[in-house]
Amino acid sequence: MTEIFSGLIPYILTGLQVTLEVTVLALGMGFLIGLALALLRVYGGKASSSIIAVVTMVIRALPHILLLLLAYFAIAAVVNLTPFWAGSLSLAIISSAYQCEILRGALLSVGAGQMMAARTLGMTRLQAIRHIILPQALRQAIPAWSNEAAIVVKDSSLVYVLGVPEILRKAQYYSARTYQPFTAFIAVAVVYFLLTFLTNRGLSALERKLRTPG
Amino acid sequence: MVEPIIRLDNIHKSYGKDDILKGISLEIMEGEVVVIIGPSGTGKSTLLRCINQLTVPNSGRVWVDGVELTDPKVDINKARRHIGFVFQDVNLFNHLNALNNISIGLKLVLGMPAPNAKEKALLELKRVGLEQKADLYPGQLSGGQKQRVAIARALAMDPRVMLFDEPTSALDPELIGEVLEVMKKLAREGMTMVCVTHEMGFAREVASRIIFMEHGVVVEEGSPEQMFANPQFNRTREFLGKISELYGKHTE
Ligand SMILES: Nc1ncnc2c1ncn2[C@@H]1O[C@H](COP(=O)(O)OP(=O)(O)OP(=O)(O)O)[C@@H](O)[C@H]1O
Ligand SMILES: [Mg+2]
Repeated sequence: MTEIFSGLIPYILTGLQVTLEVTVLALGMGFLIGLALALLRVYGGKASSSIIAVVTMVIRALPHILLLLLAYFAIAAVVNLTPFWAGSLSLAIISSAYQCEILRGALLSVGAGQMMAARTLGMTRLQAIRHIILPQALRQAIPAWSNEAAIVVKDSSLVYVLGVPEILRKAQYYSARTYQPFTAFIAVAVVYFLLTFLTNRGLSALERKLRTPG
Repeated sequence: MVEPIIRLDNIHKSYGKDDILKGISLEIMEGEVVVIIGPSGTGKSTLLRCINQLTVPNSGRVWVDGVELTDPKVDINKARRHIGFVFQDVNLFNHLNALNNISIGLKLVLGMPAPNAKEKALLELKRVGLEQKADLYPGQLSGGQKQRVAIARALAMDPRVMLFDEPTSALDPELIGEVLEVMKKLAREGMTMVCVTHEMGFAREVASRIIFMEHGVVVEEGSPEQMFANPQFNRTREFLGKISELYGKHTE
């Protein structure tokens, strides 16, 4: 029993930092890419909008593990990245397809009248998007985004297949060494549960804090 | 000769096969209050939007304050600063309180420093009688208050002309009066106004001219006295007779 607290947990937690880094990188880069795609989808030309629609649709139709491997080998063919960076970037690309959909919906939920009112004051389209549309759309997107964040927390475990030493891989090492797979994997399950739980809690607190009165 | 502050020359606008505006020409002098009336779907909103190029006409030219807005080389964002526009559905920025709804344009578009913008925004709120509501968000204001903030937002930009597109028709009847009072005050202060509205009491009191539009053309125009007492066309008489039936008794 003491082995769990003295051996297992400290060992698995050495992978926690990697898990958190992969998650934050995938979510953050996925957000930036997804936002750019969503803006092009809503405000860009017809051609770019249709291309993005098709690409994101294809990404969303495939298993994440398959996409991760595809992206990993595609990236490896072009640049020499460590598995950690290639994995995080791959997860970011996958997540960006979902975040693009979430943000597109949020942008469209801000009525056309808001843009018109901004333009009548003499704002440029860019100013209107930046100062009028986005602040409303991003608030609106938090609940759906929080769902996606939880998915990315869980998906960070996929970089396991690339050999990145995140918590799942650590648990696997531990179980191979001690022949105690259950203890190891249950410990990881608890960690993932806490991470998704805290992510959701944190984001709903943020949503309440940012909610417009009235 | 004094130049008109708004001049429309032979404006045409169509959506697909539908000709909405069929060659509208109009001259409005500084200080005039022009009321545009007409049946639904006639192109009144389209005409108003053609003035500030929110809708770009297919052909024809528009001048406001000496600048041709239909000139492809014109900086339309700059030109729009001084053309106030008030929408039927208000369109206050939902994520900003009343004060910031007004100050954002001052800061972003006119480059006014934040303290000055705040001061000016408060002044404009006072002008529409809402200085106590500065901190409230659109969702916390009544329909009439929202529309008054929207008017203050437009006024803050020091517009040369104000365009109103049925500013009271989405409001509960008991809230219409407060908005009309603000508009009448503005008219008396000499603001050039183009108002699409069926509030005939307002038209009678402050309009210098009433324009009756139907099917994308101006059917008839004249002073309120002339239009109410002695319209030239039967169609005008019919429509004026039906207004209170169509748009509610309070319009008289
Ligand atoms: N963006 C658009 N695309 C297609 N048709 C449009 C568009 N905007 C307006 N129309 C059409 O143009 C016609 C005139 O519309 P407009 O809104 O100018 O009429 P209106 O006189 O303001 O009517 P109302 O009194 O109902 O406000 C309508 O038939 C409308 O359906
Ligand atoms: Mg209209």
